[in-house]
Amino acid sequence: MPLTVPPILAYALRRLIQAAPVVVLIMIGTFLLLKLAPGDTVDALVGDMGGADAAFIERLRIEYGLDQPVWVQLWRYMVKLASFDFGWSFVYEQPVSTVLMDRLGNTLLLMATSLSLAFTIGVLLGAIAARRAYSLSDNIISTLGLVFYATPSFFLSLMMMLIFSVKLGWLPVGGIKTIGAFYDGWKHVWDVALHLVMPTAALSLIYLAFYLRLMRAAVLEVAELDYVRTARAKGAGETRLMAHHIMRNALLPVVTLLGLQFSTVLGGSVVVETIFTLPGLGQLAYQSVIQRDLNTLMGIIFLCAIIVVVVNFLTDLLYARLDSRIELK
Amino acid sequence: MTTLDTDLRPPEPSRLVVFWRRYRRNRAALFGLALFALVVAMALTAGIVAPGDPLARAGDPLTPPFMDAAVPLGTDQLGRDIFAGIFYGARISLMIGVVATLISIGIGVVIGALAGYFGGWVDDVLMRVTEAFQTIPNFVLLLTLVAITGSKIEWITVAIGIVSWTAPARMVRAEFMSLRGREFVDAVRNLGVSDAAIIFREILPNAMPPVIVYASVIMALSILLESALAFLGLGDPNYASWGNMIGQGRAVLRTAWYCAAIPGIAIVLTVLSFSLLGEGLNDALNPRQKK
Repeated sequence: MPLTVPPILAYALRRLIQAAPVVVLIMIGTFLLLKLAPGDTVDALVGDMGGADAAFIERLRIEYGLDQPVWVQLWRYMVKLASFDFGWSFVYEQPVSTVLMDRLGNTLLLMATSLSLAFTIGVLLGAIAARRAYSLSDNIISTLGLVFYATPSFFLSLMMMLIFSVKLGWLPVGGIKTIGAFYDGWKHVWDVALHLVMPTAALSLIYLAFYLRLMRAAVLEVAELDYVRTARAKGAGETRLMAHHIMRNALLPVVTLLGLQFSTVLGGSVVVETIFTLPGLGQLAYQSVIQRDLNTLMGIIFLCAIIVVVVNFLTDLLYARLDSRIELK
Repeated sequence: MTTLDTDLRPPEPSRLVVFWRRYRRNRAALFGLALFALVVAMALTAGIVAPGDPLARAGDPLTPPFMDAAVPLGTDQLGRDIFAGIFYGARISLMIGVVATLISIGIGVVIGALAGYFGGWVDDVLMRVTEAFQTIPNFVLLLTLVAITGSKIEWITVAIGIVSWTAPARMVRAEFMSLRGREFVDAVRNLGVSDAAIIFREILPNAMPPVIVYASVIMALSILLESALAFLGLGDPNYASWGNMIGQGRAVLRTAWYCAAIPGIAIVLTVLSFSLLGEGLNDALNPRQKK
C-alpha cells in the first residue's frame, strides 16, 4: 500500500529538514562565541566560590571536560543544547533553562501583541495609502511611517514614558504587574494589559513602518495587473476589488516580511524590555551582558534562534496556504 | 522643439548630470540630501564650532536650552554642553555608520558573489551560514559580540558590520544568479578570463546599483544600533554619542526632558535623511523599477 502524505504535510516536513543545518550551525556558533570569550565555566565557578588552589582548579577542569580536545567539547555541548540543557547560571544560581522559561512567556506575549498590532495596522494603512496614492492622506501616512521608522525604539519609549507616565500619570512606568497588589482573575489580566500598553506601542509603531511601506508598494503593483482590470470591467466595485482581488495577492510579500522581520523585532525587544523593566528574554540578555553571565546569554541566543525558526516555519505554511502557486511537492 | 539645422546630435549629457536630473525629481530625496549635508557639515565643523572636549564641564548643570548664549542648547546633569555633544555625536554616528556599512557590504558582496556565481554546494553552505546569521536576532548577537570584545569603538563598529551583512549578501547573490548566464559573461569566459576577474570586473559592477541603494538602509540601521548600544551604557565611554546622551538624559527625564529629547531628534533626523537619500538613489539608479 503506497504511503500517501498530504502535500501540505510533506511540504512542512521538507521545510523542517531544511532548518536543521541552520540550527546545527547556530550551535557551533554559540560554542565558538563561548570559546572566544575570556574565561570559562571553571573560572566562573571558582570566582563564584571566592577562589581555590591550582590543583583543585585543575581537577575541576578535568571534571568539566575542559581538558578534552575542542571537537569532543563541541560534541558534548551540542548534545546538551539539543536537550535544552544550557548549563548553570552563576548569577541566578539556577539552571539556565529554568531562568529562561520564567521569562519566555512575557517575551512571547509582547511579541504576539506588538507584531499582530504592527501587521494589522501596517497592512490597513498601507492599503489606504495605496488606494489614495499621492493624495494628502497618502502623504501623511507615508511621512508618519518614515518618521517612526527613523525613531530609535528607546527614544520613542522614553518620550511615551515622559508623556503618559510622568506628565499624565495614566500608565505604569515599568514592570509586568503591580508589585504587592496580588491581583487575581480579570483584575490581574487588566493590570498586565496596562503594563504592556507602552512596550507594545513602542515596538509596534516602529516596525509598523516596514509593513506599511511594503503593503503600499504591493497594492500599487497588484492594482495594475490585468486580472484586476478584468474584474473591474466585469463590474466589481472598488471595495470588492480591494477585499477580494487585490488584498490577497498584495499580502504575500508582507507575510514573507513578517517571517523575515521576526528576529529583528525580537532583537528590538531587548531595548524596549530593558527600558520598561519588563522581565522577559530581552531584558535578561541585557542583564547577562552586564553581569557577564555567558551561559545564560548563549541560552538566550539558542532559544531565540529556535523561536525564529519555528515562526519562519509557520509563516512558510501560511504563505503556502495563501499562494496557491507554491508547489507543495 | 525645433528640428536641428545641423546633422550634429546634441551632446549626450554626462552620467553625473543624468543621475542628478533623475535624483532631483524626488522632492523628499532633495530634503534628505539637505539634511544629510547638514549632518556632515556638523561632523566636519565640530572642532571649530565647539572647540575643546565635549565631555568637559561647560556651564551650570541642567541649564535649559536658549537661556545662556554660551551653551545654546543647555547642559546636562554634569554641566556638559548639549550643543557640543550634538556636533561631536554627529561625527561618531557618521563614522560608525560609514565604516560599519563598508564592512557589512564588503562581507555581503564576497559571500553573495561566491554563492551566486558558483552555485551548487558553495551556495548551499554559504546560504546556510547566512540563514544562521539571520536567525539570531541581530541586536542580541551585537550585545554578545560587545560583551566578548569590550566596548571599544573599533570593536563596536566591526560588530555592527558583522551583524548586518546578510541582506546585502542575499541581494548580491540574487543579482549574480541572474547575471551569470548572460551573453557578456559567456563571452569573457570564452576569452579565458579567470573566475575572479569575471566576478569582480564583469558581473560585480552590474550587480552594484541595488546594493548601493541598500547601503543607505544599512547606514541608517548602523546608526540606530550604535545609539541603542550607547543608550544601554555599552558604547565607548570616551566619545560623545547621541545614544549615550539619551541614556544619561533618562536619569533626569522628569525634570529636564530636553537632555534626552534633543539628541533623540538628532538621531531621528539623521536616520530620516538616509531613508530619503536611499529613495532618491533608487529613483536615480534603478529608473525602470518604479512605474
